[in-house]
Formats: sequence, structure tokens, C-alpha cells
Amino acid sequence: MEEVESNMRRVVVIGGGIAGIQASLDLADRGFEVHLVEKSPSIGGHMAQLDKTFPTNDCSMCILSPKMIMCADHANIKLHAYSEIEEVSGNFPEFKVTIKEKARYVDVKKCTGCGDCIAKCPVKVPWEFEEGLVKRKAVYLPFPQAVPRKVTIDGDHCRTIQGKKCGVCKKICQAGAIDYEQEDSIVELDAACIIVAIGFELMDASVMSQYGLGVCKDVVTSLQLERILSASGPTGGHLTRHSDNMEPKKLAFIQCVGSRDAHMHGYCSSVCCMYATKESILAREHAPGLEATIFYMDMRATGKGFQEFVSRAKQNYGVRYIRSRPANVQLPAGGNGVLVNYETSGLSGESVTEEFDMLVLCPALIPSKDAGKLAEILGIDLDEDGFIDMPDMARPVDTSRKGVLACGFVSGPIDIPDSVSQASAAAARAAELVDGGDR
Amino acid sequence: MMVRIGVFICHCGHNIASAVDVEEVVEYAKTLPWVAHAGHNLYSCSEEGLGSIKRSITENKLDRVVVAACTPRTHEPLFRRACEQAGINKYLFEFVNIREHCSWIHAKEPKEATEKAKKLVAMGVAKAALLKPQTESEAGVIPTAVVIGGGISGLVAAASLVEQGIETHLVEQTDRLGGLLCDITTIGPEGRHARTLVKDVVQKLEASPKTHIHRKARVSDVKGFIGSFEVTIEGCDGPTKVPAGAIIVATGTREFAPTGEYGFGEHPQVITQLELERKLAMGEKPKRVVFITCVGSRQPGREYCSRVCCNVTLKNALALSKASPDSRIRVIHRDIMSSGSAAEKLYKETSDSGVRFLRYGLERPPEVVSDGDRVNVIVYDETLDEVVSLDADLVVLAVPMLPPDDSEVTGKLLKVPRDKFGFFLEAHVKLRPVEFATDGVFICGSARWPVNARECIWQGMAAAAKASIPIKEGKVVIQAITAEVDPEKCAACGNCVLACPYEAIEIVDQDGNRAAKVNEAQCKGCGTCVAACHNDAVSQKGFTSGQLGAMIDALVKASLEGSR
Repeated sequence: MEEVESNMRRVVVIGGGIAGIQASLDLADRGFEVHLVEKSPSIGGHMAQLDKTFPTNDCSMCILSPKMIMCADHANIKLHAYSEIEEVSGNFPEFKVTIKEKARYVDVKKCTGCGDCIAKCPVKVPWEFEEGLVKRKAVYLPFPQAVPRKVTIDGDHCRTIQGKKCGVCKKICQAGAIDYEQEDSIVELDAACIIVAIGFELMDASVMSQYGLGVCKDVVTSLQLERILSASGPTGGHLTRHSDNMEPKKLAFIQCVGSRDAHMHGYCSSVCCMYATKESILAREHAPGLEATIFYMDMRATGKGFQEFVSRAKQNYGVRYIRSRPANVQLPAGGNGVLVNYETSGLSGESVTEEFDMLVLCPALIPSKDAGKLAEILGIDLDEDGFIDMPDMARPVDTSRKGVLACGFVSGPIDIPDSVSQASAAAARAAELVDGGDR
Repeated sequence: MMVRIGVFICHCGHNIASAVDVEEVVEYAKTLPWVAHAGHNLYSCSEEGLGSIKRSITENKLDRVVVAACTPRTHEPLFRRACEQAGINKYLFEFVNIREHCSWIHAKEPKEATEKAKKLVAMGVAKAALLKPQTESEAGVIPTAVVIGGGISGLVAAASLVEQGIETHLVEQTDRLGGLLCDITTIGPEGRHARTLVKDVVQKLEASPKTHIHRKARVSDVKGFIGSFEVTIEGCDGPTKVPAGAIIVATGTREFAPTGEYGFGEHPQVITQLELERKLAMGEKPKRVVFITCVGSRQPGREYCSRVCCNVTLKNALALSKASPDSRIRVIHRDIMSSGSAAEKLYKETSDSGVRFLRYGLERPPEVVSDGDRVNVIVYDETLDEVVSLDADLVVLAVPMLPPDDSEVTGKLLKVPRDKFGFFLEAHVKLRPVEFATDGVFICGSARWPVNARECIWQGMAAAAKASIPIKEGKVVIQAITAEVDPEKCAACGNCVLACPYEAIEIVDQDGNRAAKVNEAQCKGCGTCVAACHNDAVSQKGFTSGQLGAMIDALVKASLEGSR
């Protein structure tokens, strides 16, 4: 086979969650030069936030972190963390990609990630990684296993950057890594293919005001519960509710909050049935005697070992599954916990009001909010739900534009193993396009 | 002997530290022989943790490293590489698991967990002191792949490999390519014509001189290991031996044959989904149809949900509903498994088209009774809370997909595991979905788990990506933890040859002496031969009798000290 030019063997992967990581590793192992572009300060994506993974309850970070490190260490992968795609011009196989590396106000060559600056920084802001349950500093490491392990100064909140008096981090940093004058930098490169793997985010469940998020203190999102259950989370894995720090005895989950809902998002988010089952089991393990209830529409346990996982939740952990979509919730008179109003199934169903100590909402998972802007930059189509359109089922990782591929949740709701296999498929497709005659 | 061992105890956040007193274990480790440094990390596997280990190797002039943390399955390569980067041979690293083996199972007994962690560390240190540096060798990779199974996933895998310039043999046991897709009309939810899809891929494959299609053939023997397999393909013209660097398993699935459920076999009106597909292909348009889902699945004995049946039901129900305005199509189901966006849209469209959905429970399943040319389906509808009688020209049973009959044989040939239902078991359910634990052998499509055509296609591509990596790299690293034979002690009895599950040992003549010899590239380091040898002639690098004995001694010593 004829050797292709070096920039022909270059692929830009956008998004450093599990899908982007897997696509990068496969392509890098396959001899391609990969530029992995991640908008936040560390790769890892949502999988890094999860406590365990269904249906084996494997520790999420423990299985993810070796892959993150491999990405950072791989000779063929160049990591652009805290970076965004500015512009894409040209066509397959000669895309010109402009990447903006945002100012971290930290010299990453000097920063050792020691954390001295974090300890002294006086500014506190809600911590994204902890889903706002606790605060981080304006200079921060997103989470302990962050890759790259370099601190970032959040310019929107840093006093010095905002022109106020401070400079504490610069004084404390022995490595001399703090640089308030740092500016965004631009990297331009040629690439044969582009893989989009920017994932999903949670719909803001407070817009469905009937479910009390933001009003009742003891209503949380499923991702917040993941952090509460996580041994490395804000409560050290101790399950407590917000209003009085008590350990809940009765925990409820509402499924399909904003999904399978004609007024919000029509589609099924695909993973909520299983993660609610997982979180129920974990909650019971963390708080012995806890009673978990899942309000659901259809129990979608279609993957390997999923149905058995649900059976185990029922039989061994006493999880109660109620087929019902609760109408609304109310704050009980005492101000703690939550009252859930629902109807039991069937035409003869009755209206029930039941009190729970804590309520978990499983919101629709929606395409990452950057999907629209990125689709415009890349010149690709989105489907009516805002996911990247993959028009040809025979080419399941091809977008509407040749040479631009997509994998993971951004092309439609899927779970982790499917994201991983799709990512490998995207790697195969890039290799086919570059090595093959299908130009 | 002077060795300098560094011991690093990991908190793993709270995973270990919540049960094990990490600092106490560190202090204990400092008292052990040969330990030159002991420290701890919040997360040893983080960049910071690995960095501190590397710094400590230099600063403390360490020549052995023990990390007490989680599992070597996921993390050993990481720590070995850190050792290598700091200038220590990576086989001078010893992993002690104090998470799965200690803190997790003794979460409620912190005192005992800490004592156990100490003993495990003492054993690790004792072994580390006796570790020897090892060198890894490289082996070439035959630039050819074999794909077993000519269904859509196998076809796509082969097409992707060929497109990437890799010579590929596709083995199909029947005389037609396309597998189950040949038996169906359209693919839901997109409505793509199944046979056209197959034809497109087959044409692409056949156009390439790198493709070798073996129809009416089966794989009868597999020898070798990643990079150099020898696959025997038994075809019409007798057996052919094909050398290959990688193998992809895509043996697919088959429909469960009902055993009398709902009058199947008794009433001719009761058929399976695939039988309906054949009727649809013939242009039949039955008007009064009742679909029953979860027939033979999601129940004791076959607990799993077969993932694709609901969507096939929806697709066919919608097609029949649209076909005639006076049709009466009913779906009796337990849950509608239309996960994702396209499938959920199909569900909505189907129910908007007038198809009626009734929900039944496992404890009160529907009944089918004969009524002349027709049948009646009597069902307790949970939503209406009443018993309903539905007349039907046809009752279609959505039955689960099963692994093919010969999956056990395939599994044994390739030495790859299957789950309790007979589906192939991937290397890791979350992060290695298309790989087997056996290097160089990959899996895709419904042989792993029932999946729809779109999923089959991307999994086929994914398996091709994995298989292409060693083939394009052109070499594989042979890990150094293998068995070795001392020819002086070997009696050439052949016990080890029989014991080896990987056919990695043979008896050879060496300077007139007959003795066992291990093919290192083929040896997986399982240690079976070591146990089988009567003469103590076989030993395993990294797990010698001396090293294991030292671990036992250390355990006894630590236990005696602890009880004092």
C-alpha cells in the first residue's frame, strides 16, 4: 500500500469523554497522529463523575483512569485540554482545523499540580464536577485524577483577572507557574478526518417545576446522587439529604423527567432505567435498611445482564418498581423530604400521596449544548432532537459530511459499551477513508 | 543480596482508606526487610501518584517497587510503565491488591482489614525481593485476518478490513451471505431494505482481490496465538490452512423455536416473527394480527431481554397497520423496549397509526384458543384492568434470539468463554465490548448479545479496528511471564504437554536429550504445567517456587507477630 503523507494520517477528535478517548486510543495504536480536543480542563467526561457502572457495579473512575493516562502518555496523541474548535475549513481529506487553547493563566510546563494555590485561593464558586453540591476555588483542579493534572484559573471568577486586588496564588506558587497575563492561543493544523464525540448533558430538570428541583431541598438529580454515592464525592460516599444532613430511609426516583415527553424531549434517554436501578442498589448498600422506589413508564433493560440486574435489585435489595409517572411533588409541612403525588396503574388506579425522605430526578439526557455551534462550524446536520444526524444506517458513524465522523451519545442516546464500540467503529472508518480507495 | 524496595500504599480515595488504616500500613511496611521507602497516595494511578512513585524511585535509589492498591487487571500496565520510565525493569514491580481482596470485602471490619493489608504487603515485599528482571520479545504478525460468520456483522468487519488494505478470509457455513437479514424484509426503525443492504456490502467485498470468501465452510481447527494463528477452514474442496494475525468471531444468532407456547405448533395461525417476515416478503398482508412479546424470555430459565424483538414487532405492526386501512393490529407486551430516539419515534408512530397496545404481566399471560379458521387471544390487560378477547387471523410470537447451536464448539476452538446463556463473553462488559480476553481474537454482533442491524454494523467495524491494530503494527510484544523448563531435570514424561491448555509445550530433542520446550509466544503464563510437573523441572517466571515460598514464609511470620 502506498504510504500517505503525514498530515493524511492525522485525525482530530473533538470531545474527551469515554467515546473520544477510545477513538483516540484506537487510532493512535493504529499509527495515526491524533489531536484530542477537550473543552474542559481535564479529559474524562461524564464517566469520570460516575460512582459505579451498571450492571456489574464496577468502579467507574477505576476503569476509566488507566485509559485517561494512556491518552496522556501515548506518543501519537496530542492532548488539547481546555480548548475549543474555532474554525474548520477545507474538505476531506484536507481539513484545516483551528483550535483555540483557552488561557488557563497557568504555565502548564511549570505547574506540578501540587495544589498549594488551591488551598490559599479566597474565591469559591460552584464545583461543576461535583454538580454544584459543593464549591471549588477560582483556581482549581477539576478532580483528583484529572488529566492533565494542571490547575486552571477560572478567569470569570479570579479576583486578579477581574481587576481586583488579590494575587495570592502567584505569591504561593513555588514553581512560578501562575501567569495572569496569559492569553488564548491558536493552533492550526491539517487533518484528514474529524471525529465528533462531545457527548451529552442533563436537561435542566428545574424547568419542570412540578418536580420541585431547586425548591425542595431534598430533590436532587441523578448525577448529583452519583457524586453523593461516590467515595471521592463531597460526602465521602455517605448518603445524606441536603435539608438536615440526615441519612434518608425512603428514597424515590422519577424516570423520564423530560424524556418520552411530547412537551419536552420525545425520545428515550436509554440509560436511566439501568442507572436508577444501580443507584438504588448502591444507596441501599450505603444506607442499610433504605427503601428505594423507582417510578417508571417501561422498564428498559435490554443489555447484557440488565434484566438480571433489575431482578437482583427487586429480590436482594427490596427495590420497589412502580409503573406510574408522578403528577407532581410538594414540600411537606416540616420542610424536609418530599411528598410525591402519583396514580397507581390501570383504569381503576388510585391517587396516592406518599412521603419520601429524598427524591432523585432522572432528567432527559440532551446533546451537549455545543452541538449546535459545532455542527455549524463543521457543516454537518443535526436531527430534530439536536443529536448529530447519521443519515445512513449502513455507515453508522458517518455524519452528513464526508470525513466528519461521530460517535457516542452525541449521535443518539446510548450506554458506555455502545459508545466504546462506536468509538472503535469511528476509528475503523477513519482508517478506511484514509487507507482505502473510498475517498 | 541488597535490594531497595519502595512500597506505595494507595488510598483509592475512600475505597481503601475507609476500611484500611493506610498510614498504619505504611509504618508497618517501613519495618519490613529490604524496604528503603514507604509512602502513600490518595490515588496512586493519577498523574500525581505516578509522578510521586517515579520521583521516589530516583530519590531513594529504589530497584524494586510494590504498589498496594487495586487490581492488576486494569492497573498493572500503568505502574509497570511508570517503573520503566524511572529506569527500573518493569518486571521488578509487584502488585498487591488491598481493595478487591481486602477493603471492599472487609468494609465493616476496619481493624481486621488493616491487619490483612499488612500481611498482604509483607507477602508482596517478600516476593518483590526475589523478582528478576525479564525481557519481552517481539513476534511478527501475519497480515491476514479471518472472520468467522457471514452475517451482516461479519460482512462489515471483513469489508472494513479489506478497505484498510488487509487480506481477509470470510468463513460462512451456509451458501448465502447476509445471515438473518436474508430472511427479513426491511430493517427497523429506518425501514431500510435488508437484502439491498447485504448486497451492497457483498459487492464491495467481492470487488476486492484481498477478499477470500469461503461459502459452505466452517472452521475446524485453530492453532497459534495473536500474530500467528493457523486457522483450518473446512470447505467444499477439503481443508485449507490459513495463516492469520487476528480472528473475528461473528457467528450471529438464531431465533428461539417455541415449544408449544400460545398454541404454537397446534394452531397454524400461531407463528414466529421470522415466519411473519417470510410472509411479508411474499407480499401477504394479514389484517387481524396479534403480536405477543417476551415469548420465552424475561422469565425464569431465560431471564434476559433479547433487545431486538420489541422493535421488530413495532416495525411489522406499523407496516401491517399502514398496509390496509381496515386492519386490526394489536400488540400484547410487558414493556416496550424502544430505547433511544429512532426506536421511541417508531413506537410513537406505531401507536399513532392505530395499533392497539395491551399490557400483560408474567403472572397472568394471555391464552390462545382456536375458533375455526381463526384464533382468539384472551388477555388480561393491566391498563384497562379487564379481560379482553381479540380475534386474529394470525398470532405472531416475538421470541428471543439465542446463540447459534455451534457456539460451544466455536468457543472451545478459540478458547474463548461464553456466558450462562451461551453468548460469547467479552473481555470487559463496559470498556472492551468487542475484544476477547484472548489476545488477537475479537467479537461482534449478536454472538455476543442480540443487537439490531445498525449495532451489528458498527460492532463489525469496531472489531475490524481492533484486529487492524496488530496487523498494521506488524509486531506484537510477547509478555515475559511464561513457563520455562530446566532440561536437566526434565524426564520428557509429557505431563506438561497434556496439561497445557494453549498447546504451547512440545517435547524436543536437544543435543540428544529429549526434554519439554515452551513456545514463549504461545505461553499465556497460566502455570498449569508447573503444577503438572513431577520433577520440579518447570517454573514460571515471576512466580517461581522460591518467590511463592517467600510469600508464604512472610505470611506466617506476619501472622505470628500479629498474634503475639
